[in-house]
Parts: sequence; structure tokens; C-alpha cells
Amino acid sequence: MRALPFLLVSILVAAATFGAATLVGNSYVFFAGYVVLQYIVLATAWNILGGYTGYVNFGTAAFLALGAYSSVVIHKTMPMPIPVLIVIGGLVSGIVGLGMGYLTLRLRGSFFSIATLALSVVVQTLIINWDFVGGSRGAYIVRPRTTEYFAMNYIEYLFLVMLVLSVIAVFTARCIERSRLGYGFAAIRDDEAAAEASGVPTLKLKLLATTLSGAFMGMAGAPLPYYVTYLDPASGFSLAYAVNAIAMPLIGGTASWLGPVIGAVLLGTLQQVATVTISSALNLLIVGVILVAFVIIAPNGLIGLVRGKGRGMKR
Amino acid sequence: MTAPLLSVENLGKRFGGFVALEAIHLDIAKGERVGLIGPNGSGKSTLVNCMSGTLRNETGIVRFDGRPMNGLPAHQRTRLGFARSFQLPRPFNSLSVAENLRIPIEYTVNARPAAHVPAGDIVGRCNDLLAMVGLAEKSEKMPRDLTQIEMRKLELARAMASEPKLLIADEAMAGLSHAEVDDILALLIRLNEQGVTIVMIEHIMRAVMQFSQRLVVLVAGRKIADGLPADVVRNPEVERAYLGE
Repeated sequence: MRALPFLLVSILVAAATFGAATLVGNSYVFFAGYVVLQYIVLATAWNILGGYTGYVNFGTAAFLALGAYSSVVIHKTMPMPIPVLIVIGGLVSGIVGLGMGYLTLRLRGSFFSIATLALSVVVQTLIINWDFVGGSRGAYIVRPRTTEYFAMNYIEYLFLVMLVLSVIAVFTARCIERSRLGYGFAAIRDDEAAAEASGVPTLKLKLLATTLSGAFMGMAGAPLPYYVTYLDPASGFSLAYAVNAIAMPLIGGTASWLGPVIGAVLLGTLQQVATVTISSALNLLIVGVILVAFVIIAPNGLIGLVRGKGRGMKR
Repeated sequence: MTAPLLSVENLGKRFGGFVALEAIHLDIAKGERVGLIGPNGSGKSTLVNCMSGTLRNETGIVRFDGRPMNGLPAHQRTRLGFARSFQLPRPFNSLSVAENLRIPIEYTVNARPAAHVPAGDIVGRCNDLLAMVGLAEKSEKMPRDLTQIEMRKLELARAMASEPKLLIADEAMAGLSHAEVDDILALLIRLNEQGVTIVMIEHIMRAVMQFSQRLVVLVAGRKIADGLPADVVRNPEVERAYLGE
């Protein structure tokens, strides 16, 4: 499928999703759906760096929180519409992603991952000590009941925004996958020295990947304060984001755009269902058990399992 | 004599206190077939890595096509026309055999200002290269499905896909059978006839003697001989290095 038809189909799927959620007529569907959509964006963003170039980022929460706290700062200074906040959150996290890339991309394998974990801790410490955004007490955001125009329910509006963002993220990931850039990323993932010897500017491409990946995570985080209405460092930097952003692409399959989407929808929905039916504390346990199961049974994710011996990736 | 294609001047490289290469001088003329030999650990691969930009040499200058390459990252050297194959084949394992060749075409050939392979021609170009090394039927296979010699051929094809002026074949024949060695040898000579300068690093003396117009010997990080193959192998210092006193 070429890019344009793919985009049209994605938009149709998104429209159908929104339509179905409206038909259910229960606002909790939007509330829970938002989280799943947010995870589609996060998992897709993580996969651009982790799946395509093979650099495992443990710092998802930091990028997400940076986007979220950018919104808090703007909300306190001069409130702006959510789409603008998303662009700003994306810029902030994208720039931090670029900086992180410069500092850490000389590290390979687990050393890179440890550095991203450290970045997460550093950013969290900075936020905790920044009084303007509430420090460790957290920040309250009073969101309007409805949107200014069209008088749309605000949660439905956030759901719609996140739906559009996930279409953009997935579309971007798929474009990368089929492009010269995607082949360059794959070459880096497989063998960096061989990639360099084949003319691939590895450092430049890796920086591009960290920037893009960080930017999408920041975009996913930007509407978060309006969704939770109370944002504190403990929830903004929650380990769940980092773990889920890794687990979802791994469960779905990291080699293609579809993997993170499948992983996010399955795992995200499962977590939401578990939260209301069993216990909200059970979430991470579920993720852990499923992840271990997949690493053993289907190391190339669900997609790898379906495609069988096809083109799985070697780690 | 015209200016050499590759000129290495006073190149030195240390790993901590260990001197891996010391004051290496080496000129390679356009179109030449040079054999580079030396016992294990004599610094052959280190020399290749310094020339190709994988390692950084502490002293000396590497000039390629008249241009100093010091400080240039490896991918830019490849774009200038300096290609190398790896001693142990390092294919891109998640890409098919044909896609392996797409990388150098997209990132080297198409990164040069002059040549541009249109998107529609890339697949054809990959298949031509695979036909040249005799892997035409394997284009859709994954690298892990290849045999040892096919892997070597893929490694060479990938280096050739960047349309280099100079190719350094680092032990492209190690571990291959007699017939397979001849196969690769014929391939390298064919490439040379098409105008590619080739430096062959090899332990298989039969192949080296058959291939090389000139032979360079490295021992313990120093160049001890450089000349016609027949003269070099009679050189007493070379004999001592290989056979002992």
C-alpha cells in the first residue's frame, strides 16, 4: 500500500474508532481509550529508536513528563489550545532527545539504556525542585467542562486529539520504515561498523532517531495535565510509562509499525480492563508476566509469530 | 609515475603501551593489485581500520585520491570511493540479500553529487551486482540462509555496490575450499580488470601469489618488504618472520 491510501485507511480506522466510542455512549470509554491511544503514540515513538535502530530507551517517562510539564508551564503563564501545546511539548522533548543523543550515543547496548534511565532520574529531580510547576506537591490544572468552540465534552476532545496524534505517529513510523531512512536505521540496528562502511552516516541517523522518538513522546505527554488535572512528578515519571513503552512494541513486534499498535491496543486495553475489574495495582504485574511469556514464546512479537520464519530480526 | 590513489605516510597506531603499527609508508597506484601479508597480529587489519576510518591513527596521514582523509568518519571515506570488506562477514541480518546491497547504493552512490540511481533502478542494480558474484538466485533470501562462501560473496558485493575506486578485501577467502578460493580470486581479478584498484589481505599464499602484482609484508607493526611477489618471498627477513630462524 502506498503512503496516501495508507493515510486514508488510518483516518477511516480512527474515525470508526471515534464513532464506536460515541455509540457506546459512556464517557468512561473515552477516559480509558485516551490511555490506550497515548500508549499507541508512546510505543510507536519508542519503536522509532528502539525497534528501528536498536537502541533501547528506558527514559520514556522523562520525555513524556517533559511534554506534560511544558504544558503546565504554559498553562500557568499564557494558556494555549491543546494542539499548540502538543507542538511545543514535541519541540521541548525533541530538543532534549537530540541532546541526549549527543551525550549518550557513543554508548552501545545496555550502556545506552542505563544512560537513558539516568536521564529520567535527572529530569525528575529537576522537576521536583522546580517550585513554579509545583515541585513535589504537583500542579493542579482546572480543565473546562467543554471545549470553547463546538461545546464538545473535554474528555471526548482529548480523546480525539490523541486519536489524531496516534494517526500522525503511526503514519510517520510507516513512512520511515519504507524509506531510505528506514533502511539506514535497519543497517545501524544490524551492524554499525558495516553500516558506516556502506556509507551510512550513523551518528546523524541516530540523532535523528532520538530526536523524532523524543518529540513524539513529548507530544503524547503534552495533553496529560489536562487529562489527569493533577500532575505530580511521581505520576508523570511513573515507571509504568517506560515499561509499557518497551513491552508493547516487543509484544507486537518491533520490526514494523504495526507491532507497537497491536501491542498498545492489546496491553493497554487489558490494563484498563484489569484496573476496573481486578485491581489497579495489578497492571505492571500483568505487563511483566506477558513480557516474559513473549520473550520465551515469540521473541519477534505477535507479528513475528504470524509471519513465522519470515523476516524476523536478530538481536 | 602519476600520483598514487592511496598514500599512507608515517602511519602509527598504539593500543595503550602496545605499538600496533609503526611508521608505515605505503603507496598504491591506480589500477594496481596489491597483496598485503603478514603473520597473525602483525597489524594488517589495524592498518585497514586506520585507513578506512574505523580506528583513528595517532600519527601520519592517509591520502586518498590526493585528499587527506584524517578525521573523516568512515562513511565519508566510503563515499570518496574507499571500500572495504570485513574479515568476518558482517551482513545486515534483518535485511534480505538484495536489500543488503541497497544500503551502499542509497547511502554511498546516491550520496555522491554526480551519480544518482533512480528509485526504480535500485532493485535492478542490486540484482546486477548479485549476478556478478553469482548470488542472483539468493536475492530474496536472508543472510542467515547463506553458506560461508555465499556470505563472503555478499560481503564483496556489498563493498562493490558503493562503486569504489579502491577495494580492500580483508581475508575474503579464509576458510574456503580450494575451488571456492579460485572462485573468489577470479571475481577479484575481474573487478580489477574493470578498473578497481584492489588490496588483498590474505593468508592463502597460493591466492596471494596468483593475484598480486606487488606484495607488501607487515611484521609486528612494521613494513619489512614491499616489491615484486617473487622477490619478496625470497627476502630473508620475510622468510625469518614466517619460518623462524
